[in-house]
Amino acid sequence: MTLFYALIALGSLALVFGLILGFAAIRFRVESNPIVEQIDTILPQTQCGQCGYPGCRPYAEAIANGDEINKCPPGGEATMKKLAGLMGVDEKPLAGGEQAEPVKTVAYIREDECIGCTKCIQACPVDAILGATRQMHTVLIDECTGCDLCVEPCPVDCIDMLPVTETKQNWKWQLNAIPVTQID
Amino acid sequence: MDKLLEQIQKGTVWQFPGGVHPPQQKSLSNGANIARLPLPNKLVVALKQHIGANGKLLVEKGQRILKGQALTEPVANWSVPVHAPSSGIITEIAPKPSAHPSALPELSIVIEPDGKDEWCTLNPVSEPKSLSHQELIDIIHQAGISGMGGAGFPTYVKADTKQSIDFFIINAVECEPYITADDTLMREHAAEIIQGIELMQQLLNPTLCIVGIEDNKPEAIATMTKAAEHNNKIIVQTVPTVYPSGGEKQLIKLLTNREVPSMGIPADIGVLMHNTGTLYAVQQAVYEGKPLIERVVTVTGNTIHKPGNVWALLGTEIKHLLDCQGFSPVPQQRVVMGGPMMGFTLPTVRIGVIKTTNCILAPDHTELAEPGPEKACIRCSACADACPASLLPQQLQWFAKSKEYDKLQEHNLFDCIECGACAYVCPSEIPLVQYYRVAKAEIKEQQADKIKADRAKERFDARKERLDREQEERQNRHKRKPVAKSADEKQKVAEALARVKNKPDNGNEKSAVAAAIARAKAKKQQGEELEPDNSEVAKERALRKEQARKYKEQKSQTDESTETAPVDDKKSAVAAAIARAKAKKAAKAKKAAKALEDAEPTTSEAPQTDAPVDDRKAAVAAAIARAKAKKAAKALEEAEQTVSEEPQSDEPVDDKKAAVAAAIARAKAKKAAKALEDTETPSVPDNTDNSSSSIDADVPQSSDDKKKAAVAAAIARAKAKKLQKEGNDQS
Repeated sequence: MTLFYALIALGSLALVFGLILGFAAIRFRVESNPIVEQIDTILPQTQCGQCGYPGCRPYAEAIANGDEINKCPPGGEATMKKLAGLMGVDEKPLAGGEQAEPVKTVAYIREDECIGCTKCIQACPVDAILGATRQMHTVLIDECTGCDLCVEPCPVDCIDMLPVTETKQNWKWQLNAIPVTQID
Repeated sequence: MDKLLEQIQKGTVWQFPGGVHPPQQKSLSNGANIARLPLPNKLVVALKQHIGANGKLLVEKGQRILKGQALTEPVANWSVPVHAPSSGIITEIAPKPSAHPSALPELSIVIEPDGKDEWCTLNPVSEPKSLSHQELIDIIHQAGISGMGGAGFPTYVKADTKQSIDFFIINAVECEPYITADDTLMREHAAEIIQGIELMQQLLNPTLCIVGIEDNKPEAIATMTKAAEHNNKIIVQTVPTVYPSGGEKQLIKLLTNREVPSMGIPADIGVLMHNTGTLYAVQQAVYEGKPLIERVVTVTGNTIHKPGNVWALLGTEIKHLLDCQGFSPVPQQRVVMGGPMMGFTLPTVRIGVIKTTNCILAPDHTELAEPGPEKACIRCSACADACPASLLPQQLQWFAKSKEYDKLQEHNLFDCIECGACAYVCPSEIPLVQYYRVAKAEIKEQQADKIKADRAKERFDARKERLDREQEERQNRHKRKPVAKSADEKQKVAEALARVKNKPDNGNEKSAVAAAIARAKAKKQQGEELEPDNSEVAKERALRKEQARKYKEQKSQTDESTETAPVDDKKSAVAAAIARAKAKKAAKAKKAAKALEDAEPTTSEAPQTDAPVDDRKAAVAAAIARAKAKKAAKALEEAEQTVSEEPQSDEPVDDKKAAVAAAIARAKAKKAAKALEDTETPSVPDNTDNSSSSIDADVPQSSDDKKKAAVAAAIARAKAKKLQKEGNDQS
C-alpha cells in the first residue's frame, strides 16, 4: 500500500511539473538563439559583408552555429577578442592578414563627377547616401559606416574612402611619439 | 543639514584624501598689479573656446567690427558666442591652431585692430534686482561667459540649473603652482567679484555662499572678507595649501564634507561651484554690459624678465604676451599653457588666448625638468597615497598598459581628475596621467563606436524593413489596380488580350473579326474582372523588359555606327533571311499576305499594348491604329518589296553571307524607306510607335540620317527575330 501511495504521489508530482514545464516552454519561448543577440551587439554593424555574409546579423548567426570568429576586418582585433571571450574559443589572427588595426574611413563623393545614377544609394546598407536620379549625391558622414559597398557600383568611380578626419574630440594623446620640437 | 550649516559657519574645514605639496612658485608673479598690454597687431579669436558647440558666424571677411561686438551667435545647446576683443578689420576667417595639446586647427576669426579700441553700444544694468531670472541668464549667455577655471563649461547652463542648490561655492583656491591670476584679481576687484556672487545668489538662491581660498593668499583673503562683510550669506573660508584642493570635487569635500557621486555632478548633491574669474565676468556683463573679451593671464617662469599678471584680450597670441613681458628662451624652450601640473606644452606660440587660459609658463630647464625615461614600477604605492580621488593609480596603470578597458572602468578610471599628483610622486617617472588620458580617449571612442554601431544597426534594420515593404507593395499592386481602372482602360486591356488570343490564328482572315468579337465580349464584361491578375503583371513586366531591351539595342546601335551592324549578330541576319523567306511566301498569296501583315503587327505589338495604364499607352494604341491603317494602304507595295528580296533569302545560312545579306537587307530597307517617304505623308513620329510597329512604319521616320537608319536596321533585326520565332512556332 505504501508503495502505491508513493507511486501516486511521485506520479502526480511528475504530472504537475510536467504541465508547468510544458506551459513555460510555450509561454516563455525564446524566438531566436539569445547568443546571436549577444554576438550581434559585439559586431561593429558596418554591414559591410566582408565576412561573406549579407550583414552583421547573418554573421552573428553563423558564429553561433560554429563559424570562425576572425572574419570581421572592421571590428579588428578587439572584436575578435570579445567574440573569443563570449564563445569560449581561442583567439585567432584576423582572416584578412596583417592589417592589425583597421583605419576608420568614410565615403566621400566627388560631387562634381557624380552623374546621379543612384547605384550607390541602393548599395548603401544604412541609407547614408542622399540624392535622387540625375541629382548629385552626398554622404551623411555621421551615418557612414565605412563599409566600402558603395565604391564598387559607382560607374564613374567618384567615391573615395577617406580616413576619418582627426578632431579634438577623437584626438588621442600619442604616448610613444617622439616629440618634434622646433629649434630656433 | 542644520548641523552641517552650523559647522560650516563655525569655519570647519574637512579633508580630502591624498594630495601633494609641490613648490608654490607663486611669489614670482603675485607681486605686481595686473598690467595692461599694448594692443597686439593681430587677434586670433577661436570660435569655440568652451565645452559645447560653437556659435553661428555673424561677420564676414573684410568687415569692420567694434570692440565687444558679437562675432557669433549661439545656435545649439551649450553654444556660447564670442565677441570682438578690439575694434578693427576682420582679415581672415580660417582654421588656425587651437589652444589644445594637439593644436588641431579650429575655425578662428583673425582681426587686425585699428588701434582706436572703439566700443560698440553697451547695455549696462544698474539695478539687476529688477531683472527676471531668464533676463539675467540671457545676459550671461549673450556675454559669452564660460567657466574660466579650466574646463570652460558654459556658465549660463550651470546658472540655470533646475536642482535646488544648498551651497554655492566660489573657487578661489588656485592650488596649482605658479598661477596667481585669481589671487591678483581678488586683490584688485574683490568688490566686483562679490557683486558677481550676489547676482548668482539672485539666480540660485542658495542657503550659503562659501568662498574657498588657500591660506597662501592672505591678501586676497583679507580683501574678500572685507568686501563680503555686508552680506551674511557669503562667508570666506580658508583652506590649507594642498594640491589639488582647487579640484571641484576636492573643494566640495573640503568645504561641505559632501562627496560628488561617481559620474555625477555637484548639482546632484546641492552644490554649485564657480571660479572667481567667471564671477567677475558675470559682474562685468551685467553691471557694465561688457561681454567676455579679456581675462587675467599669469605670464611666468624663469625665462620671463617681468613675470606677472596681465589683462590679455582673448585672441592675443601667446607670442605677444611673452614678448611684452620680456622673454629670453633657452635651448629647447618649452611654453606651457596652464600650470606645471595640469598644463600642456604648446606646439606653437602662435596660438590665441582663450577663455580658459589662466597661465603661460615658460620655464627653464632647472625649474621644470624634462621628464626622464620611464622606469619600471616598483610598487611603492606612493601614487595611491597621493591620489585625491582614492583611486588605485598603480592598478590603473597596469590595466591601461594592457588595454583592459573593462577593468579600467571597474576601477573607476573616469573619476580620475587628471591632477597629476600620482605622476608627480612617482619615483620611476612613469607618466601615469598620460596613460589614463590615452585610456580614457580609447574608452570614449569605443563608446562612441558602440553608439554609432547601434545607430547603423537601426538604420540597417529600417532599410531592410522598407525594402521588404516596397517589394510587398509591388507584389500587391495588381490586386488593387483593377479596381482603380476606368472602363476605357479595361476595354483597352480586353482588346489587347483579344489580340493575344488571336496570335495562333496567324494568317487567318477571320482574326480581325474574332478580335472584334473579343472586344465586344470584353465590353460586356467590363464590370467583372475576368482575367487573372498575374497575367497582367507579367505582361506589364514583359512590356517594360521589351522597352528596356529595345532602348538598349537602339542605344548601342547609335553608339557604334551602321558599319558595326554586320559584326553584331549572326543570328539576326539568319533571322532576317528567314523573315524574307516568309515574306516571299506571303507575297505569293496576296490576300493572305494582307491578312498576315495585319496579324503580324498585332502579335508583335501585343506585349506593348497589353497594359494601357496611362496616357502614354493610350497614345501607343492610337499610334498602332495609325500604323495599321497605313499598312492596309500599302499592302501591295509591301508585297512587291518582299518579292524583290527573294533572292537573298535563298542563300545558305553561312556566317559571312548572312552578314552580307543582313547588310543588303538594311540597304533595301533604307531604299524602301526613301520610297515610302516620297509616297507617304509623314506619319506621327511617336517614339513608342516607332519602336513597336513593323518595319514599314519605322523606316520613314528614321531615314533622316545615318543614326536613324542604324536604329531602323536594329529594329528590323528585332522584328526579324520575332518573325523567325513565329516561323519556328508554325513549322
